[in-house]
Amino acid sequence: MTDSQPAIRLTGLTKEFGAVTAVDHVDLEIAAGEFFSMLGPSGSGKTTVLRLIAGFEQPTEGTIELFGKDVTKRAPFDRDVNTVFQDYALFPHMSVLENVAYGLRVRGMGRRERHERAMRALAAVRLEQMASRKPSQLSGGQRQRIALARATVVEPKVLLLDEPLGALDLKLREQMQVELKQIQRELGITFIFVTHDQEEALTLSDRIAVFNNGRIEQLGTPAELYERPASRFVADFVGTSNLFDDARSRALLGRAGEHSVRPEKLTVGTAELEGDGVRNAWGTVVEAIYLGSGIRIVVDLDAGTRVTVLEQNDRNRAHDDERGDRVVVTWHDADVIALEASDVRLPDAAAPAPA
Amino acid sequence: MTTHAPVPRPRETTARAASVFLSTHPRARLALLLTAPLFWLGLVYIVALVLLLVTAFWSVDSFTGQISQTWTLDNIITVLTGSLYQTVTLRTLGVALLVTIIDVALALPIAFYMAKVATPRMQRILVIAVLTPLWASYLVKAYAWRSVLSQDGILEWLVAPFGGSTPGYGLPATIITLSYLWLPYVILPIYAGLERVPDSLLEASGDLGARTWPTLRHVVLPLALPAIIAGTIFSFSLSLGDYITVNIVGGANQMLGNLVYTNVGAANNLPLASAIALIPIVIIFGYLFLVRRTGALDNL
Repeated sequence: MTDSQPAIRLTGLTKEFGAVTAVDHVDLEIAAGEFFSMLGPSGSGKTTVLRLIAGFEQPTEGTIELFGKDVTKRAPFDRDVNTVFQDYALFPHMSVLENVAYGLRVRGMGRRERHERAMRALAAVRLEQMASRKPSQLSGGQRQRIALARATVVEPKVLLLDEPLGALDLKLREQMQVELKQIQRELGITFIFVTHDQEEALTLSDRIAVFNNGRIEQLGTPAELYERPASRFVADFVGTSNLFDDARSRALLGRAGEHSVRPEKLTVGTAELEGDGVRNAWGTVVEAIYLGSGIRIVVDLDAGTRVTVLEQNDRNRAHDDERGDRVVVTWHDADVIALEASDVRLPDAAAPAPA
Repeated sequence: MTTHAPVPRPRETTARAASVFLSTHPRARLALLLTAPLFWLGLVYIVALVLLLVTAFWSVDSFTGQISQTWTLDNIITVLTGSLYQTVTLRTLGVALLVTIIDVALALPIAFYMAKVATPRMQRILVIAVLTPLWASYLVKAYAWRSVLSQDGILEWLVAPFGGSTPGYGLPATIITLSYLWLPYVILPIYAGLERVPDSLLEASGDLGARTWPTLRHVVLPLALPAIIAGTIFSFSLSLGDYITVNIVGGANQMLGNLVYTNVGAANNLPLASAIALIPIVIIFGYLFLVRRTGALDNL
């Protein structure tokens, strides 16, 4: 991030489709060279923001700056950003090589030079042997990489990726995640990545913006979002959370306001544990689900709420829990996340405040 | 669990037994499905066409007017060498080509607007607007054009203040009227073809730096080409066979259809009429042969 100018600056960006406000006054700065993710459920406005940056849609209000230059009114072909489409959008009547060389061709580059560059871009995604094939003869993962080569061969300053891994199966996804990260590091350009998959966003990103109802709900590094979700929505959407409303918080956690505890921070045992800041709650096992690497145990607490506990499948596991077993769920005060700024602590709470 | 009546089991009826038989015998199913249409196709299409082909090689006894079933190539030779037939064939081919070019030029922007620009509501309105003329009789439409193109018609009234005049009745009028008549048949396949081109391809082209014209040339036209050719097959073959429009607005001009008509009727020479009718068939087969590799035949 040596550039003083942000790669992208959105100011008061708003997009209305008729009566629906898809994007609602979004302000955002994305640094040069950053791997930035926009995460949110479908309809949260993340894809619309991407399409506004690409120029496929015109904003109702607000401006888009690219390295300090206002590009709001410019056509897509006049912006130094390129897109990897969700359906890849490869031209079916062109060979792989022609697809990759297309951006160079319409810029008037000579045949030999553009084919040379396209071959280099294909080599970067290890598909140079597929150059003469048609896109329909390739697998999903290969098409994905061709789309990437086609978008990067024209050397954009910013690459937009619209759920590019959505159509791939799990194994391929994980492999492509590693590859994407590598390509981004090698090219050194800004990636803006749209996804609804929170795990993918956490894995890949330098920073993440969580979208909800056309607004940015929280902006931060993956660790910040996971460890300190600012709202109930983020706590629920990024990872799994055990949410405690005000009344339950007072009863179980000894403080007012909404709180959340991650399943892996809870443990299940047969006896209460002692210690500074350690809290116990009795309950009944409702379900124990074997996951291989771990075990997910759902417990109905006597205090009247249901929690999910994630235990590692290791030597520390004391016994096999079964439906109906009476157990103690134990956690540490430090792992409790306050979801509201107005976190009024009750006088009897002795534990240190969560970060 | 609450108690309730059990879900009724299927009863053993004859209809059910027949269904069971059909579902386990795919060939019987296929026979039941296709026998009637195949019979119809075989009798009406194949037999009629073969009879036409065979008749062209017979002759007419000029004295009695009876068809004599002796084999002869005379009709074919007459049609191929007679200057009247050569002129009329070239004229018909020229009219069909011009009609096709005009229709494609008109249909492309309309179909593009319908498929890629119009809102879904506007799209439906336009599809209906394109289809509506097909509900009116062919004759009514041709006579409507006759009145539009006449010396005191609406066209004359429209262009006279600007120093223009109606082309009157003749080949230009024939071309205008045929272009109008076949336009829906050209718009609809092109519209359907463009509809199948994903918007993301157009966006990707713009995203990669192509302006409107390069996007049209490199992406839209190549992808729409099979659909365009499918449309031209309609306008071209319908124009080749037409004889009513040229009668109504064509003045004294004749097309191949007119020659067929007069030979069947006034001249009572069915074999020669058959030989003339073979000309457009041969031309169309030649055209289909040329375009078969573009995939247009999958778009009809």
